[in-house]
Amino acid sequence: MKAKIIITPKKAVLDPQGKTVANALEQMGYKGIGAVHVGKYLEIELPAGDKESWRRQLDDACHNFLSNPVIEDYSMEIE
Amino acid sequence: MNFAVLQFPASNCDQDALHVLKNVLGHSARLLWHKDNSLAGFDAVIIPGGFSYGDYLRTGAIARFSPIMRAVQAFAARGGPVLGICNGFQILCEAGLLPGALIRNRSLQFRCEQIFLKTASRDSPFSNQIPEGKILRLPIAHGEGCYFADDAALEQLQAGRQILWQYVNAAGAQTDQANPNGSLRNIAGICNQARNVAGLMPHPERASEPILGGADGRLIFESLLSWLQNKPAQAA
Repeated sequence: MKAKIIITPKKAVLDPQGKTVANALEQMGYKGIGAVHVGKYLEIELPAGDKESWRRQLDDACHNFLSNPVIEDYSMEIE
Repeated sequence: MNFAVLQFPASNCDQDALHVLKNVLGHSARLLWHKDNSLAGFDAVIIPGGFSYGDYLRTGAIARFSPIMRAVQAFAARGGPVLGICNGFQILCEAGLLPGALIRNRSLQFRCEQIFLKTASRDSPFSNQIPEGKILRLPIAHGEGCYFADDAALEQLQAGRQILWQYVNAAGAQTDQANPNGSLRNIAGICNQARNVAGLMPHPERASEPILGGADGRLIFESLLSWLQNKPAQAA
């Protein structure tokens, strides 16, 4: 089993990386691109087991450590 | 007074802080390794700058789980003064001892330069000896010093006079141009509601002797000393 966690900056938080990437894309000729948000992707390998139990534990880990709720949002999939 | 200067893997301003406290100000100070777990006998804690644990994941995110940080939490809860400088400020925010977070500079550049600060509140253990209206000149050296907090938290900081220092220009005007990193409300340093925990991005320990080009930073350490010497005796 594997957990896939995506962490992105909250919309209200200044994201200079995303803005710079968006500007570069525009300059390369990819016209009409909207805002870009640069985040993080984590893959966590898990032993086979109770998926819901892992979801609860990793949700806790995301909230307390892997993301900072002041500035980031996260989403998680376990498959 | 007896100061603890914390040392994490990749702290790099620890010796500077130790030097100022011991050799410039003539007090007792000792380095405490991140695996230490007691602050018994110390009057104040300095969390110095650097790149603790490589700043992996986020600045300060890993350091916050060090054994010594549990002792810092308890020390702060008892009213003990804690000052975080640069990476130390980032660690205190991650640890929840200070509100908000420090994110990548608006310019995306590591900024290493002299900046000017105004003291927004002199009512704290860290700013009480700074003369009214004095503009401080201090160095900064950081890539992630852009202070962020949501609107409600900012209002609370303002209402509680928890904003201690703000970036200004040489004339003391709080302009966008004087803001080196994009911090909201030009915030360079704050304290908690109880006022005994503070953090700032500029480096007072690198500017506490004229030979280093400026001694304004010394006022921050002298504030802390004055507060410690004058506070009513209390059980540690």
